[in-house]
Amino acid sequence: MKRYKNFWLLCGVVILLVLPLLLVQKPDPGQGEAEIFSGADGQAKELVTAIAPHYKPWLEPVLQPPSGEIESFLFAVQAALGAGFIGYYLGSAATAAKNKARS
Amino acid sequence: MHIMEGFLPVTHAVGWSLASLPFVGYGLHVIKRILQERPQQRMLLGVATAFTFVLSALKMPSVTGSCSHPTGTGLGAILFGAVAMAPIGLAVLLFQALLLAHGGLTTLGANVFSMAVVGPFAAYGIFRLATRLRLSFGLSVFLAAAVADLLTYLTTSVQLAWAFPDPNGGFLASFGKFAAIFAVTQIPLAVSEGLLSVVVVNALKRFNSQELQEMQVLTRQEVQA
Repeated sequence: MKRYKNFWLLCGVVILLVLPLLLVQKPDPGQGEAEIFSGADGQAKELVTAIAPHYKPWLEPVLQPPSGEIESFLFAVQAALGAGFIGYYLGSAATAAKNKARS
Repeated sequence: MHIMEGFLPVTHAVGWSLASLPFVGYGLHVIKRILQERPQQRMLLGVATAFTFVLSALKMPSVTGSCSHPTGTGLGAILFGAVAMAPIGLAVLLFQALLLAHGGLTTLGANVFSMAVVGPFAAYGIFRLATRLRLSFGLSVFLAAAVADLLTYLTTSVQLAWAFPDPNGGFLASFGKFAAIFAVTQIPLAVSEGLLSVVVVNALKRFNSQELQEMQVLTRQEVQA
């Protein structure tokens, strides 16, 4: 068990990600909210508009990704850069530890 | 936890920026000192930054039927102390504000305060407390990262409720509504962030236990365990 600890922890994360997909039912198309798994940040923005209908945002975003595809591309780049660095670091640390154990 | 561009009144935007400023300033000083005095830790500092980059880019589904993302700032706070994460969080939030229209320049101060100040301080405090209570190393990391994640989103709810109190129920009613969106959605994600932080720390412990010991994250007994 101890040896595969990280494997089981990652399994836990996968379960936490898959469960919502199975549990949340798609609402009937006729009833209002047709979209599921929208972003919480966007929902909060809508709630602001509902609570304070006269509030006008006083600045627009500098650059708006021209489409959803471009947006997910940028998010993927962000995640890839981070994961790449962590992978590089752990890889070199593992090699260093191995070399040290051998000498 | 990203408050969208322009979605805080001017006074709030300025106020939160002023509140975050000293943390970012002192954090930069702390990072500079780490790089000067312990240059061997510069890669590990990169790992803490990279972890925040990855986790804040991952929008995950939650049981509430909406999507949100973890923050990743708890891990770095455990390794380098809370205040070091303020400038790191700022860098990530700036990237998202400028390129992704996610968050914004006017709300940067408020977003830095929730993700890069409240979260890291909670993580550091909980980690130290859990260690003192002699909880296991893994459990301490898990609790610190998960609770920090959740508190970040509760902070965002407070910020929005303060700026937009409900016309009938005032601050509390508004807070309840924002927390229903943010905090409940965040519970499974906070657990995921806790688990992922433990995964990374386990790997670091295996290959870099001496470094962690120098940073007083691990004690001698825990290295041998």
